Amino acid sequence: MSATTAAPVWTKMRPKQGALSRLFDWKPFLAFICLLPAAGLLMTFLTYPLGLGIYLAFTDTTIGRPGIWVGLENFIWLAEDPIFWNAVFYSVFYTGVATIGKFALGLWLALLLNQHLPMKSLLRAIILLPWIVPTVLSAIAFWWIYDPQFSIISYLFIEMGLRETNIDFINTAWPARWSLIAANIWRGIPFVAISLLAGLQTISPSLYEAALLDGASGWQRFRYITFPMLLPILAIVMTFSIIFTFTDFQLVYAITRGGPVNSTHLLATLAFQRGIPGGQLGEGAAIAVSMIPFLVFATLFSYFGLARRKWQQGEGND
Amino acid sequence: MAHLITRRTALALTGSALLASRAYAQSNIPTQSATAPSLPIERGATLRMLRPVRFVQPDEEIFRANAARFTQQTGVEVRVDFVGWEDITQQTAVTANTGAGPDLIIGFNEAPHIYADKLVDLADVAAYIGQKYGGWKAMAQRYGKRANSDMWVGLPFGASGGPLVWRKSALNSVGFDAPPDDHAGYLKMSQELKRVGKPSGFALGNAVGDGNGFAQWLVWSFGGYLVDENNNVAINSPETIRALEYLKELYASFIPGTIAWGDISNNRAYSAGECHLTANGVSLYFSLKNDPAMAAIAEDTYMTLLPKGTQQTSPMAGLTLNSMVFKHSRYPNAAKAFLQFMLEAPQYDPWLQANLGYWSQPLNAYNNSATWSSGDPKISVFKGVMDTTFYAGYKGPISEASAAANADYVMVQMCASVASGQATPQQAAAEAERRARRFFRSRR
Repeated sequence: MSATTAAPVWTKMRPKQGALSRLFDWKPFLAFICLLPAAGLLMTFLTYPLGLGIYLAFTDTTIGRPGIWVGLENFIWLAEDPIFWNAVFYSVFYTGVATIGKFALGLWLALLLNQHLPMKSLLRAIILLPWIVPTVLSAIAFWWIYDPQFSIISYLFIEMGLRETNIDFINTAWPARWSLIAANIWRGIPFVAISLLAGLQTISPSLYEAALLDGASGWQRFRYITFPMLLPILAIVMTFSIIFTFTDFQLVYAITRGGPVNSTHLLATLAFQRGIPGGQLGEGAAIAVSMIPFLVFATLFSYFGLARRKWQQGEGND
Repeated sequence: MAHLITRRTALALTGSALLASRAYAQSNIPTQSATAPSLPIERGATLRMLRPVRFVQPDEEIFRANAARFTQQTGVEVRVDFVGWEDITQQTAVTANTGAGPDLIIGFNEAPHIYADKLVDLADVAAYIGQKYGGWKAMAQRYGKRANSDMWVGLPFGASGGPLVWRKSALNSVGFDAPPDDHAGYLKMSQELKRVGKPSGFALGNAVGDGNGFAQWLVWSFGGYLVDENNNVAINSPETIRALEYLKELYASFIPGTIAWGDISNNRAYSAGECHLTANGVSLYFSLKNDPAMAAIAEDTYMTLLPKGTQQTSPMAGLTLNSMVFKHSRYPNAAKAFLQFMLEAPQYDPWLQANLGYWSQPLNAYNNSATWSSGDPKISVFKGVMDTTFYAGYKGPISEASAAANADYVMVQMCASVASGQATPQQAAAEAERRARRFFRSRR
């Protein structure tokens, strides 16, 4: 449009705004309206189920029968239930060991992938594979690997003459616990490695050049440049990883179903077993609710602990 | 194109009609005279029902053909939905609680007992069918009738048993023709099998079907039980302790790894020729028989009921199909008439035969079904599945608590903890008692 073709019509008065229009111009209202869809979705699909779950934990609802309010009865029972405490222990142990394993191996892998390698992108894609495969499928693969009769590992060992009998992967408590942790670490490494790799690539090469000029060794460069620069992303990734691991369900359910004799029950699998197949919805909900404090603690620890400047740069809190 | 499809459909229809009328016509089901209850079918009645999915394809075909015949004779449209096994319990719960949905459901085991006050009494149909067809079997009465009452909450349609499945050559090689029925003899056979490298194995892992089946057999065969007649927990008994002591010796003769076994593990180990005796439904035998590569193992495979031990009948609780009619149905007479129709010989017998032994009859007269005489003689062991006096939750009134205790593996883990040496029989029985008390606690 060119300005010369038509003279602008001059209106003396600004047209009076309608009530509706004024309402929408009012900032608080506009913000409220814009937030409403998101808030509605959150309320429907997050707050309501969570609230219902917490409510159920204080009732004796079963599948097929609405329950009544029983207060803390479910929790009192659980507090005396060794199976529950065993699940608490294994959930913490599983999360702790698997997270350490995942981060040690994942960081190492990320550092390796950060080197200049031939076919770098292809390698990175391959590394992601365990993460891409649906968990249930990899769980079933591990189920076969750990099978008491048909384990491929047992088969290889026996063929090579290193063993006489099949390896006991999941028939007794501790081997079963370690076997599941190994499967979880295998599955979790790619996520950690790729996330940390992204973090590594944001570190400016000039820092390393400066360190080289100062004569820093490889370890010193890692300790004083890579690690501190990586800490913020480490905190986020670790939070996610801890939450995913703590609430893991599929691996355990597909491989051992919490056996042998409940030794590998996680809180999630125990909650499911009691709640859905067992029909004790109230008790299942109570087990699920008891995961919340652990998750809140893990999240707070990661955010307020690891993300602090003091940890990163050795300065004061701010 | 259109006429091609029609022709093919017509052919298929003729085919299934032939199947229904010819292949399954040889049975001679004895009947006694009985008067059918008067069930005037409501005007404009239509029915919707749920049932679990089939084991074998002909199950569904015959069931649908029977339902179509009912429609033909009464004008009542019947819509049958086949539901996955894991979902039927939850769908039954929703139907009962919301008072909406299907008019009738064929569910599993204890379902009608849980929702008894939402169901139509089926006593009249049960009385008629029972009288006409030689009486309901012990297990059918238990699952059909509400405890301490004359009300029939369900009409059982059949049960699936899990007998011993074994390799004849293996047993012969250690001097046995069949598994002994007594504990001492059975243990000796099991130990001999282990000695010659052809061990037996039973699931002791978190396997809902096989694990519970074995644990229940073990405890019941020694005279123990989870709860008494009034649903008081009674698992911590001398009988149970004796059973667990026996298990310690028996477990030593199992193939290694059974504590990690799920429901499918014994099928795999048996099919691979690593395990030579286990307990399973008829599916294992058919999977071997229908696979040409497994013909030799199938040929060598025999099935017998679980050893009786100290009991009169084989301690085995099959999975039972139990039908129920909901009070919220607008056409209860039509629904009852439908169930009655399906249990009558012209419908039930072909259906029973189509199931090849996967389901066994709840009525004595069907002992004469051609299923057990003209088919594979090896499956005749399933003829008596519902003759047993045992059931899930023996020997209390059937309730949701027994199902919950099974789903939480209370008895399986009692056995597994003794077998693995984690607990003494006394500790294990006390722990099972503690857990069972929770499920059987009285609720307000």
